[in-house]
Amino acid sequence: MHSIEVKNLRKEFGNFVAVNDISFNVNSGDIFGFLGANGAGKTTAIKMMCGILAPTSGDALVHGFSIAKDPSNVKLNIGYMSQRFSLYNDLSVVENINFFGGVYGLSGKDLEKRKDWVLEIANLKNEEKVLTGSLPGGIKQRLALGTAVIHKPKIVFLDEPTSGVDPLSRRAFWELIQNLSSEGVTVLVTTHYLEEAEYCNDIILMDAGEIIANGSSKVMKEKYLKNDILEIECSDVIAGLEILEKQNFVEETSIFGNNIHISINKNLKELNQINTLLKSSHNIDVIRVQKIVPTLEDVFIHLLEKRRNAK
Amino acid sequence: MRTILHIVIKEFHQLKRDPKMFGIILIAPVIQLIFLGYAVNMDVEKVPTVVFNQDNSITSREFLNNFNATRYFDFVEYVDNYNDLQTHVDNGTASLGIVIPYDFENDIANNRVANLQAIFDGSDGNKASITAGYLQNIVGDYSINLLKSRMDKSGKFLAPIGQITPEIRAWYNPELSTRVYMIPGIVGLLLSIVTLLLTSLAIVKEREIGTLEQIVVTPIKPTQLIIGKLIPFAILGFVAVIIVLVAMTFIFNLTPRGSIAFLFATTFLYILSTLGLGLFVSTVSKTQQQAMMLAIFVVLLPMVFISGFSFPIENMPTFIQGITYFIPLRYYMTIIRGIILKGVGFYELWFEILMLFVFGVFLLTLSSMRFKKRMD
Repeated sequence: MHSIEVKNLRKEFGNFVAVNDISFNVNSGDIFGFLGANGAGKTTAIKMMCGILAPTSGDALVHGFSIAKDPSNVKLNIGYMSQRFSLYNDLSVVENINFFGGVYGLSGKDLEKRKDWVLEIANLKNEEKVLTGSLPGGIKQRLALGTAVIHKPKIVFLDEPTSGVDPLSRRAFWELIQNLSSEGVTVLVTTHYLEEAEYCNDIILMDAGEIIANGSSKVMKEKYLKNDILEIECSDVIAGLEILEKQNFVEETSIFGNNIHISINKNLKELNQINTLLKSSHNIDVIRVQKIVPTLEDVFIHLLEKRRNAK
Repeated sequence: MRTILHIVIKEFHQLKRDPKMFGIILIAPVIQLIFLGYAVNMDVEKVPTVVFNQDNSITSREFLNNFNATRYFDFVEYVDNYNDLQTHVDNGTASLGIVIPYDFENDIANNRVANLQAIFDGSDGNKASITAGYLQNIVGDYSINLLKSRMDKSGKFLAPIGQITPEIRAWYNPELSTRVYMIPGIVGLLLSIVTLLLTSLAIVKEREIGTLEQIVVTPIKPTQLIIGKLIPFAILGFVAVIIVLVAMTFIFNLTPRGSIAFLFATTFLYILSTLGLGLFVSTVSKTQQQAMMLAIFVVLLPMVFISGFSFPIENMPTFIQGITYFIPLRYYMTIIRGIILKGVGFYELWFEILMLFVFGVFLLTLSSMRFKKRMD
């Protein structure tokens, strides 16, 4: 059963098409990654699915309810955590929980139970009275997530939940997301951190309002990257890159830290060719040439560059 | 209903966290009341006067004594030339110059018309004309006394002349002090500031910090949010009114003559309008700063200027007078002065009450509709 079914969803702001007829399905209990550059239309799409923005055309069924016709039933079944921290900084932890729990109709024992749960996952037991604004970023995000799902929604939308959070807190946050998913909650999450996308069951990549790739991380790597990727470590990265770009066996080049990544075609007979080329013609020492398993980043750079070049 | 309660509780928690704001709401009214109550004084008393007595006669001195005897004039200096007189008026050390000509005594003794020159600092027109009124009164009294004494001296018995003496009683404000007139108005002024300003910040603040988005995904309905947001400000408005009323009683000894319950009922009707206006400002502004500027300069100041708070509406051009009918504060000013100073009730104020009701319902509905549209 699909938890979210998006059909030709479109949003225009004046002449600008923010989301251009996108369609996809999300399976119940999945962690679904929504990737793309800034301004690709991810946030707009999420806002429509949450019932904050009305679509220009098209529709989406969220937990079976139409976002166009029945946004209030959609709202009862989802949790949402926006890009910006959106609890009240000037309320204490417990006041925030009480408020959001209250407006979702929780009271009495139910509220107490959920409050305990939120405090537990946010590591805030015995710190209920602390002002939310004074909490560290990682804790704040956990509290926001706990508050967003205080009413036990079937679906949660997380819009860049881990931006600006340290790696350790990010990891802990993803554990929470995985816990939710294992309890059967569907999680739709946007992120800029591609290594986080590896945690997702399914991914779509958006660019300029359109979906340009979809599938699991494994599928994506196999489907969209036909060529092998080589990682080259050499004494002069910039000069090496310039030379390699001109070779007929090279399809694409990019710099990863101190290394060069190139995708190669059949014209390259053996790896040693590269060492000889760089050493003989330009006196660049090649320290290492290695075939690597591509990352999602390789896939996305490949896909986005292909699109840019096509235009 | 419970949802609204949750919002109200949340708002009060937030107010509690902002003690400065709380202080502004609770203490500012009293400070304002004291400042405005003492400072806004348009009564003309102790007009600094410079005298150039060219005649230097018994009659002229006797005449001048009449000025000194009242509390309205204060002789700052006697000069002996026009230049010195002008210096005083120029410097502002005197706002009235009285010049008594050389043959003042002579003219009077010989049954001729004696002239008296009075030079006013007319830069404050209101003050000058009031001073002129006092001066004419004194001159008039002196002339009548002159006539009477002349008749007595003539020894002729004359039939009493028919004469009209006005017996002036100023009701509601026997001392005709501006303060008594202004203070009830301050209630209206402060109430407008508190409710309008706070409301105008209410929604735009949530939009600015991003919490409005979070609210929108909850099952809270726009109407519930509006009501939940407005109730705390209405309560604060009432608190401000009560503070001002109490302060008014203790500091200025001015107790409302009319019914307090009636005062609160009409205040509630007035608050509907200011909350509506505030909500409207909040929906058209993108930032808190914008909302503040709009609320103060576009709504509040013009409203106060032409509400009759400080400038009488009757003195305004007909066109502006027409506009005042669209200013809710105008009606509330009439009502609050009526209740506090005159002790009048519904029978006398029904028109103002009706207008406040109409404006309140209209403004609140309009801005709620606008707000709902923005939220969707």
